[in-house]
Amino acid sequence: MRINSLEALKDYKSRLCGVSSGKTSILMSLGTCGLAAGGAKVADAIRAELDKGLSGKYEAVSVGCMGLCYCEPTIELRDEAGRSAIYGHVTPEQIPAILAAGLDGEAAGATKVKRTWYYPEEEENKDGVLQARIALRNTGRIDPEKIDDYLKYDGYQALGKVLKTMAPEAVSQEILDAMLRGRGGAGFPTGKKWQFAAAQPKGQKYMICNADEGDPGAFMDRAVLEGDPHSVLEAMAIGAYAIGADKGIIYIRAEYPLAIERLQKAIKQAREMGFLGKGIFGTSFDFDIELKYGAGAFVCGEETALIHSIEGKRGEPTFKPPFPAIQGLWKKPTVVNNVETYANVAAIIRKGAAWFKSVGTSGSPGTKVFALAGKINCVGLVEVPMGTTLRDIIFGLGGGILNNRGFKAVQTGGPSGGCITTKNLDTPIDYETLKSIGSMMGSGGMIVMDEDNCMVNIARFFLDFTCDESCGKCTPCRIGNRRLYEMLTDICRGKGTEETLEELRTLSNVIKDTALCGLGQTSPNPVLSTLDNFFEEYEAHVKEKRCPAGVCTALLKFTINDNCIGCGLCAKNCPTGAISGKVKSKHVIDQDKCIKCGVCQQKCKFKAIDKK
Amino acid sequence: MTCCCECSKEKALDKLMRLEPEKTSELTAFIDGLPLVAGDVEKNRGFLVETLHRAQGIFGYLPVEVQQVVSERLGLTRSEIYGVISFYSYFTDKPIGRYKINVCLGTACFVKGAAKIVDELKAKLGVDEGETTADQKFFLGALRCVGSCSLAPVVMVNNRVYGNVTPDMVDQILADCED
Amino acid sequence: MINLKINNTPVSVPEGSTILEAAETLGLKIPTLCHIKWDCFNTEHRCGSCRVCVVEVTGRPNLAPSCCTPVAEGMDVHTNTSRAIRARRTMLELLLSNHPKDCLVCSKNQECELQRLASAFNIHHIKYEGAQSEFPVDENGAAIRRDMSKCIMCRRCETACNVVQTVGVLSGVNRGFNAVVAPENFAQLTDTACTFCGQCVQACPVGALTEIGYKDEVWEQLNNPKKTVIVQTAPAVRVAIGEEFGFQAGEISTGKLVAALRRIGFAKVFDTDWSADLTIMEESTELLERIKSGENLPLLTSCCPGWVNFLEHQFPDLLHMPSTAKSPQQMFGAIAKSYYAEKIGIDPSDLIVVSIMPCLAKKYEASRPEFANDGVRDVDYVLSTRELASMIKEAGIVFDRLPDEQYDNPLGESTGAAVIFGASGGVLEAALRTVAGWLEGDKDSPIDFVAVRGLEGIKEATVTIAGIELKAAVASGLGNVRKLLERIQRGETQYHAIEVMACPGGCINGGGQPYNHGNTAILEARKDAIYRADKGLPIRKSHLNPSIVKIYEEYLGKPNSEKAHKLLHTHYHAK
Repeated sequence: MRINSLEALKDYKSRLCGVSSGKTSILMSLGTCGLAAGGAKVADAIRAELDKGLSGKYEAVSVGCMGLCYCEPTIELRDEAGRSAIYGHVTPEQIPAILAAGLDGEAAGATKVKRTWYYPEEEENKDGVLQARIALRNTGRIDPEKIDDYLKYDGYQALGKVLKTMAPEAVSQEILDAMLRGRGGAGFPTGKKWQFAAAQPKGQKYMICNADEGDPGAFMDRAVLEGDPHSVLEAMAIGAYAIGADKGIIYIRAEYPLAIERLQKAIKQAREMGFLGKGIFGTSFDFDIELKYGAGAFVCGEETALIHSIEGKRGEPTFKPPFPAIQGLWKKPTVVNNVETYANVAAIIRKGAAWFKSVGTSGSPGTKVFALAGKINCVGLVEVPMGTTLRDIIFGLGGGILNNRGFKAVQTGGPSGGCITTKNLDTPIDYETLKSIGSMMGSGGMIVMDEDNCMVNIARFFLDFTCDESCGKCTPCRIGNRRLYEMLTDICRGKGTEETLEELRTLSNVIKDTALCGLGQTSPNPVLSTLDNFFEEYEAHVKEKRCPAGVCTALLKFTINDNCIGCGLCAKNCPTGAISGKVKSKHVIDQDKCIKCGVCQQKCKFKAIDKK
Repeated sequence: MTCCCECSKEKALDKLMRLEPEKTSELTAFIDGLPLVAGDVEKNRGFLVETLHRAQGIFGYLPVEVQQVVSERLGLTRSEIYGVISFYSYFTDKPIGRYKINVCLGTACFVKGAAKIVDELKAKLGVDEGETTADQKFFLGALRCVGSCSLAPVVMVNNRVYGNVTPDMVDQILADCED
Repeated sequence: MINLKINNTPVSVPEGSTILEAAETLGLKIPTLCHIKWDCFNTEHRCGSCRVCVVEVTGRPNLAPSCCTPVAEGMDVHTNTSRAIRARRTMLELLLSNHPKDCLVCSKNQECELQRLASAFNIHHIKYEGAQSEFPVDENGAAIRRDMSKCIMCRRCETACNVVQTVGVLSGVNRGFNAVVAPENFAQLTDTACTFCGQCVQACPVGALTEIGYKDEVWEQLNNPKKTVIVQTAPAVRVAIGEEFGFQAGEISTGKLVAALRRIGFAKVFDTDWSADLTIMEESTELLERIKSGENLPLLTSCCPGWVNFLEHQFPDLLHMPSTAKSPQQMFGAIAKSYYAEKIGIDPSDLIVVSIMPCLAKKYEASRPEFANDGVRDVDYVLSTRELASMIKEAGIVFDRLPDEQYDNPLGESTGAAVIFGASGGVLEAALRTVAGWLEGDKDSPIDFVAVRGLEGIKEATVTIAGIELKAAVASGLGNVRKLLERIQRGETQYHAIEVMACPGGCINGGGQPYNHGNTAILEARKDAIYRADKGLPIRKSHLNPSIVKIYEEYLGKPNSEKAHKLLHTHYHAK
């Protein structure tokens, strides 16, 4: 059925919400990581249990990622009054007990998880809850494959509102007033982008969604696309109306098959109900969306490269100006926004710019989704108001460092960002503060590192990534980053000198200053920020030829301590015959022969091998 | 087309048809279904990436003959097609093993020791990253973040995901790959 | 107009100008490397990849590449700050760190733009060490040598091949540090649709793209007592070779060229201009026949081997259109190894024919299988203008002190109609002179057809000769040629004759000419010299060349006779 007016949509919604089933929903988190953790088996167990006679009481709903990746498979019981109970690390065996316990009881052996978020659009933050979900408002609580679920949460009402009651200029203005900034990393004001494109003469224009999430360690876009695809479609239609585009393209990573499938379904449903296609909401506004697939190139997250990729070319960035808003896809005005940016749009239109600005900081209103990963207890997605401190995120939401090790640093902004240390844990983070402490927002990956991570090696890892993903067009990125990588490799292998450290910094600064695109300009950031914050670690590598974290193999020394009982197991397993000693007496390692493979340490049952 | 010096040049499509009739028909049917505009090279180029995706899906890789057919059908030069294939890491012009073992080298997996898994696999398979074993069974590759950071380090074998992998698990992972 | 300040000096430039262009108006030459602009063809390669031309713009966080940053009102640019200079120097050091250090033995030595910049920046040691890109050298075939280990990814060759020439053989491949320019699947050029026009070689700032050289072989033959080595020189060589010896562009050095070749040791110094006149005899006859019969029009000229290659690869449906006349180089070879060998009484296999050509495709053309007789090649070796200059230097011949000497006879006598083959439009004009002379008589028929002269890519003219309204067109640069051919395919044209040259502007801009480094004033000067040379010659119509008249009387009979067909005509293959 087609919806042709805002009233019809609201009617439809109230009809959907008005039907009470009296059942408690079992929300089953079945995003990529939920499935990888065994969510499908849990879902099967739930369905089997319902078939056994609980179908009058419960209803199973497949939802996207709840953000609780660390305790997947996750399920949430939720009744119509909104009361909820979340269980993590769920096994199929626990299901009968959990369902028997329901919302009020306790299921023995099952792990209950506290909800750490609230929905600013619907409720007040009462108990100092750290997460505020705007972009993730539906992710993890609706069935992404059912448009009705989206409509229940006011879906497509923002689109109806702009088409029926707002002039296109007013839409861009509202987004500008809300000070929504690009969540892909650079933080450019979204409303301004829209205004630039809107100011171009009428004609073919394009609205593009950048879903080429490539930051290693960032997966919020995937979560939104898998969990709430309609929010992106609706926002693209709103933006298209604002700039005068009739064609939308979602450029998505081919590595996200589930997201692709859900988007395809969502587009089909939206067309059927008249939210996409010709004459949307009974107006003269036409807009449709197609998917284009990436093919494995991180640099295609850069907008000019992304456009070239859609055009079927090598994803090489070109110099701006001209900006895509003036001359983009097929040389037509084009707006490129990222998934998370779009996910905020409908809420802003519904609730207004002033409401949006009440969340976050004055320069960066709203929230930011972060993907917490690395050496942290609660790996997952969190959406926090801008201005939240890293301490709250890492130790509050993240549950602290894995195995109670010491916190060393957190890398934000992926390969473009930098490391942040203890001294900045209490900085309220937004676009500007992150920059001022030598990192950047980036797409929101947050990788936590502990004392077992060598920061030189981490910098080298990021440079390896950049070298791999550089398009190779400009000199500083093509050759300069390679040279940085080689210098870092030298340092990790004990071949670096103090001059190497100096040159590392000088070359890093020149690359920042000269590279063509954002990838190249930010690629030295991990080097510079580790040099700034962990210089003593670099010095240990070059002066003492020592890796304090014990990671750089070439700098390690394996020795045998007094725990040795002379069993000979190490000597038997040593691939180079470097270990010798009499039976039942302490063995020794010939350092000249040792290749530092670590096999002896793995095999020793008496903790007699030291690695330093 | 035969030319007067009697060299016989077989057209790429004919050759491919002769070698792989079913796959070739599938590819040409796909391309015929694209809304190509005759003479509009710029717009038609926009279908290149999805055509290559499909072609690689059908053939498993993108041999020269496939590139030639795509070039002829889309009206693009062979050099630009190769330029695109060699740019994107998803595409390959060499046949790859039946079991594509991809170790995630995203940051989260890296900090949790993915490099050790790669080393173990290299040693066990006797191939380098990006290579296929001589028996065409295994391909060893690296991925940049599959977004399953909670399971780091992650190894993917075709579509199967192994989480929290340790070097000790490599033998079992390989043993799971039975034809 | 946009007002800005460069190094505190106010300057106004048109909107859309770049900082580089604005700086030029102040006499500032900001160093560039990847950027190249061919003014007279309205083509610019502006990919902004080398980052050598960076400058500081107040208020901008990073440095701006001046070649592609448009000026803006109130902009405050500083071109010579230590930050900008350090960055430029670092870019050069990085490029050098991934570049072979064999400058002394590189064929681009002293012509290399990277080397010049390194010298200007006083770079005395290579600061960075590390991996080097290595690619196998492609020296298969006869014309172009590709050594991509030297590639600096300026991408100029891609613009030359794909945009200017629309041949489409080169593309950026791979990415990151391994990125390089290559044909599909790293194929050798001989296995691609390459036309060997050599515009990529002209564009390459370093030694990655050069010609396949035959100097050593030629020196060997010159010193082989069993062989008689003769040489022919193409029209466009005489107006360009002087540049290699410090002469102003556009100086005509025909006499010194002949003298130098004689001193190098060639037994006879002949002229391709002679066989150009012969070509006109055959081609004009064919044109008149086609006009008379009204069939197979237009006639396309066939003297340019790059163009013939392009046709064979890309327009197999139009193979019937070009004249079947061989190019002047191959006519010369065929006559030399038959008529001339007979005349001087030696076995053709003991006669070595060397060509001096402004062209790299001529090297390929000479190697085509059909241009040989019983295993004896019509033309044995083809040297580019650049290679000849190098031979002259090797031999210690002081070019500017040479006397002016005359070509030998009989294959050295030529007319003004032949010399203009060297510029776009010349072949057509030469043919029109002869057609007009034949139809209207030589007393009153016109000589100068100025409408077909000049460097524009496509020129059209309608001339009335003996009451026949002849429609003609001239295309140079394969991109322009493609446009014209597509119009023919669509049946939109009504031409009688079309002259086609692969290189923009014709042979004066051939792939074998002295490097112009994007300075197209050089091309204008060469072109003007060609027409000055024409004006200065006593005979300016091919059919009035006495030795041409004589060879028909003595040997060939009539144009398009059976014998002429056997020796002077060819056929084309689809590729």
